[in-house]
Amino acid sequence: MATEAIGWWGVPLAIVAGTLRGSAPFLFVSLGECLTEKSGKINLGLEGNLLMGAMSAYAVSYLTQGTVGSALSPWLGVLAAGIAGMLLAFIHAWLSQQPKVNDVAVGIAMIIFGSGLAFFLGKPFIQPSAPGLPSIGLGDWSSIPQIQQTFRINLLFVLGIAIAFLMNWFFRATRWGLFVRAVGDNPEAALAMGISTKKVRMLCIMAGGFLAGIGGAYLSLYYPGSWSERISSGQGLMAVALVIFARWNPIQCLWASMLFGGAQAIGPALQGVGVDSGYYLFNAAPYVLTLIIMVLTCSPKRTISGAPGALGTLN
Amino acid sequence: MLTVGNWRKTLEAICIPIAALLFSLVLFGIFCFAAGANPFEVYGAIYQAAFGSWSSFQNSLLRAAPLMLTSLCTALPARLGLVIIGNEGALVIGGIAATIVGLSAINQAPAAVTQMSMAIAGMIGGGIWIGIVGALRHYRGVNETISSLLMNYIAIALLNHLVGGPMRDPSSLNKPSSYAIPDLDRLGTIPFLPRVHYGLIYGIVACVIAYFLIQRTTFGFAARTAGGNVKAARIAGLPVGQLTLAICFLAGSCAGLAGMVEIAAVHGRANESLNANYGYSGILVAFVARNNPIAASLIAILFGGILASGSILQRRLDLPDATVYVLQGLVFLVVLYSESLYGRFKIFKEPEPKMSASSAVQGG
Repeated sequence: MATEAIGWWGVPLAIVAGTLRGSAPFLFVSLGECLTEKSGKINLGLEGNLLMGAMSAYAVSYLTQGTVGSALSPWLGVLAAGIAGMLLAFIHAWLSQQPKVNDVAVGIAMIIFGSGLAFFLGKPFIQPSAPGLPSIGLGDWSSIPQIQQTFRINLLFVLGIAIAFLMNWFFRATRWGLFVRAVGDNPEAALAMGISTKKVRMLCIMAGGFLAGIGGAYLSLYYPGSWSERISSGQGLMAVALVIFARWNPIQCLWASMLFGGAQAIGPALQGVGVDSGYYLFNAAPYVLTLIIMVLTCSPKRTISGAPGALGTLN
Repeated sequence: MLTVGNWRKTLEAICIPIAALLFSLVLFGIFCFAAGANPFEVYGAIYQAAFGSWSSFQNSLLRAAPLMLTSLCTALPARLGLVIIGNEGALVIGGIAATIVGLSAINQAPAAVTQMSMAIAGMIGGGIWIGIVGALRHYRGVNETISSLLMNYIAIALLNHLVGGPMRDPSSLNKPSSYAIPDLDRLGTIPFLPRVHYGLIYGIVACVIAYFLIQRTTFGFAARTAGGNVKAARIAGLPVGQLTLAICFLAGSCAGLAGMVEIAAVHGRANESLNANYGYSGILVAFVARNNPIAASLIAILFGGILASGSILQRRLDLPDATVYVLQGLVFLVVLYSESLYGRFKIFKEPEPKMSASSAVQGG
C-alpha cells in the first residue's frame, strides 16, 4: 500500500536511506587512512582491519550480552573492534618502517593476514545473533514508514561525523597536528625539529587502524548487521582512493564517504522497485566511480595538491 | 673475486627466503597451538596433503598451474617498478573471454584449434584488462596498485552479471553458470600425470619465456633499466610508455591464460568458482620469489601444496578452511620483513676489495 503510494519516489528515497546507512564504514576507514597518510605512510591493509573489527565486534557483543546486558555489549564490541584494528595496525606500522620494506606490499600482506585471521577466529560466530547498535529515528515526524525508515541514523555515524570535524581541527590548530603534518610532508625537517618520525608514524598508523576497526564494527553490528565472510565489499580498499579524492582533508572525507555510500545504494534501490537486470553491474558502481574519480583527479605531470610530501617514498 | 662475490650473493638470495619460510612456519605452529591444535599434527597434515603421496602431489601441481601464471602478473610489472595486484580480475576476464570463444566455436573447429583460440582469447582479454591499468598509469598518473585492485572488483561484478544474465544456462539453478564447453574441446591431462592437465605446461613455459624475456633480451634490459630509474631511462631515450604498456599487457595475458586454463581444464563453464583467490595467492608467490619467474614456478608448487591442504585441515583437524590464509598471510609478512635483512649478514658479504687476502681468509 505505502509502496504504491510513493512509487518511483522510492528510488531516490532508498538511495538517501542507503547513503545514511552505508556511508559510515567508508567514513571511518577513510578517516583512518587519512590520518595514516598524513604521517607519510600508506596503509593498504585497512580492509583487513575492517574485517577483523567486524568479527571482533560481533564476537564480543555476542559473548558479553549475558554479563553486561544487550544495551551495553555492542559498545564493548565497538571498543574491541577498535583495539583489534589497532593491533593489526601495530604490525603494519612496525613492519613498514623497517629499512627497504615497501609499505604498499605490507598492506597487501595485511589484507591477506587480517582477513584470514578474521575468518579463522570468526567461524563460530557466523550462526548466532548478537545484539546490535541502536539508532535514532530522525524521521519519526512523518507517518510514512519509508521516510521513518530512511532517516534512522546510527549513533556511530554521528560519532564519525564528529571525529571528521575534530580531526580537521587537530591537523589545523594543534601542536600534535603540526607534528603529524611535518612528519608526513618532510621527515628530515621534522627530525631537525626534534620530532621522532618513527613514534609519530607509529601512533598515527595505530590510531588509523583503531578507526578502521570501528568501521568494521558498524558493518557487523548495524548494517548489514551480522557477521559473515562476505560482510565487507571492499570499503577498506576504496578508502585509499577516497582519501586521494578528498585531498587528505577529513571534512571532504565525509562528503566523499556519503557519495560512495550513495553509489553503493543504487543497485539495491533499483532492485527495490523491480529493476533487476543490471543488479551486479550497479553493484560495481562504487568501484567504477572510484576509478573515474582517480582518472579525473590524477595527472602524470604534477603531484596532487594536498598530498603529503613523503607519501610513496621509502624513508 | 667476482665469482666468489656472485656465489655469496646467490647464496644470500636462496638462504634468506628459505629462512623466512621456515620462520613463518614456526610462527604458524605457535598460532595453531594457541588455537588449540597440535602444531606437529598440522605440519604433518599439510605435508601429507601437499606432497605425501603421488596423487596428492599431482593435486598440488594442479593448483600450481594457475599460480605460476597469475604470479607473473605481479612479477613482470615489478621489474618495471610497478606494483600490480589485478591478477584476480585479469584471470576472471581471461576466463570470460575464453568461455565466449569456446562456446561460439562449438562444432565449428577441431579441438586443438578451439583450445588455441580460447587460450589466445584469454590472453588478449587479460592483457587488455591490465593494459588499461598500465595506460592509466602512464597517461594519467593513476596509482597502478589501487586501480588494478578496483579492476578486480569490476571484473568480478562483470562475471556475476554475465553468468547471471546474458550468458546464463537456464538449467543452472543454484549456481548461475554459462553453458558448458563440450568435453571434446577441454584441456586433457598430461601423460604419466593422470590428474594434471596441460595448464601446468602452459605455466612452466610462460615462466621460462618470462625469465628469458626479462633477463636475456634488450626488451627486458630496457624494462629493468626503467624500473631502476625512470628519469635515467627517459634521458637514455627508452620508450618508457611503450614499455609500460607492453609489460602490463604481457602480465595481464599471463593471468588471463590462467583463467582460460581454469575454464578449459577445471570448471568447464564460467561461474563464480572462477573467482577462487588464485589471483591473490599469485601476488604472494611473486613476492616470495622476489619477482624471478623461474623461482616463481617452484614457489607456486609449494603454495599449490599449501592450498591443497586446506580441505584436509578442515576435515581431519577440524580447523577452519581460513587456516591456509592465515599461513599465507604470515609467510607474506615474514618474507617482507626479510627484505630488510639483505646485506646485514657478514657471511653473505663480498669481502671488501681493499682488504688484503689474509683478512678475506679470516672472514670466510
